[in-house]
Amino acid sequence: MDEKDHLLLQLLEENSRVSVDELSVMTEISARDVECRIAALEEARIIRNYSAVIDWERAGNGEVWGIIELKVNPERDFGYDRIAERISKFKQVRSLRLITGTYDFQLLVTGKNMQEVARFVSEHIAPMDRIRETATHIVMKNYKENGNSLCGHEGTERIPYSF
Amino acid sequence: MRNFISKAAEAIPPSGIRKFFDLALTMDDVISLGVGEPDFTTPWNVCEAGIYSIEQGTTSYTSNRGLQELRDSLSEYLKDHYGLHYDADREMVITSGVSEALDIAIRAVIDPGDEALVTEPIYVSYAPCVTLAGGIPVPVPCREKDQFRLMPDALMEKISRKSKVLILNFPNNPTGAVMKRDDLKAIADIVVDHDLLVISDEVYAELTYGGSHVAPATIDGLWERTITLNGFSKAYAMTGWRIGYLCAPEPICDAALKIHQYVMLCAPVMGQIAANAAIRNGEDEKDKMVREYRVRRNLFVHDLNRIGLPCHVPEGAFYAFPSVTSTGLSDFEFAEQLLKEERVAVVPGTVFGDAAKDHLRCAYAVSRKDLKEAVIRIERFMSNLPN
Repeated sequence: MDEKDHLLLQLLEENSRVSVDELSVMTEISARDVECRIAALEEARIIRNYSAVIDWERAGNGEVWGIIELKVNPERDFGYDRIAERISKFKQVRSLRLITGTYDFQLLVTGKNMQEVARFVSEHIAPMDRIRETATHIVMKNYKENGNSLCGHEGTERIPYSF
Repeated sequence: MRNFISKAAEAIPPSGIRKFFDLALTMDDVISLGVGEPDFTTPWNVCEAGIYSIEQGTTSYTSNRGLQELRDSLSEYLKDHYGLHYDADREMVITSGVSEALDIAIRAVIDPGDEALVTEPIYVSYAPCVTLAGGIPVPVPCREKDQFRLMPDALMEKISRKSKVLILNFPNNPTGAVMKRDDLKAIADIVVDHDLLVISDEVYAELTYGGSHVAPATIDGLWERTITLNGFSKAYAMTGWRIGYLCAPEPICDAALKIHQYVMLCAPVMGQIAANAAIRNGEDEKDKMVREYRVRRNLFVHDLNRIGLPCHVPEGAFYAFPSVTSTGLSDFEFAEQLLKEERVAVVPGTVFGDAAKDHLRCAYAVSRKDLKEAVIRIERFMSNLPN
């Protein structure tokens, strides 16, 4: 990983649809080199996926997001890893993190409505072995997602000419 | 009634693009590449420091020189970043932007009749400030074939017995040119031989791509005869806060400070506090912005050359400076027609001096999306020009 790799990663993180030719111009390296570097970054699983940041509320899907916190008894020899793997297999679970503090895991869960999120937690997560306690928070509004502001006005009003 | 306007005020020209400005204001959907300021807002942690200072009731004057803690931070910063050594208590004044710093620097050293050598193309303020101080601005052309750097022969040609000051602005507005260490050494020899003083406006220093900025005062023999000007507007996207600074050997600094205390008293306190936050905690945000400018420069300059507007790769600032010679239009004609027909605002080069004739200043301090759209419009405009 060198400075150019970092720049490629930053540019792709901002917009993964940018073409190889454009990346080549932006980073001042050849298109061939860009391709090789991206392939290597994918191979090393540093680039995991290419996805879009979507404001689902605006898309009108009315999806509900829940933040679920879990207290978990770790497993001998495996710690938190195996239980994390089991939880992460549910398609409703969009992200899963091991965290410090009162709770051990923090999950981001989606559902069509509040009941669906609550049902998922009570029927699938809470009854699992080693889960001691759950706390469910329903997201009321998203203001910022993945570094992108979803609210208000970004940028600055400028006069058309200045020297 | 008498004509109350002073001869000095009459002697300086009005804005060269007032007409364009008024026209652009009446139009919708204008993409402006005519703006000499960042499109980013000030980093939020810097804004918060300013807001907090107001909440705390810090709304008074500061000392004329500026806040001690800001000067201390700057002294350290200049040493670490550029190898520049200025004492925070004796060789530095915080000003209301570099514009004020430039004015007091010129007034501190120019007597009526003195000649100030001003490189061209250059930002519009220098020559009028010299005129207002009673001096005579003498343009020194920087040529396209030299990537708009100042070359010793061009300087030599303009030096006279009345020459007192050489004004430099690198990285340059409007060309984006930078001076490397060897370029400056060659100029330093002439400056010393002819006993000149350098006023160096380095407000774009942080926006130097693919190499480090070289401050003229770090060249052997120049520190004692250089006034270094810099500020927070460009690097930290802080244009509206109006914070700059002047650094110079003590006697010159004291002279500038005297003028500053009578005309400005001090720079705005909340701006000074925000500037100190920028210097202490703004490095990451600044680096991000610089990285983005460089990416935009690469894209935009590549596109300009592709569509037939030849443009050297500017190594600093955030301006591309393409030539319009091949279109058969003058820079003014091109800029005016482009605005009217395709709603893209650019600044005709002539505004920045005769040496900038037949060029356009296009600021790439706009989003990549807008830059792309601007290129599409410029290309369409050019394809509709008669052959």
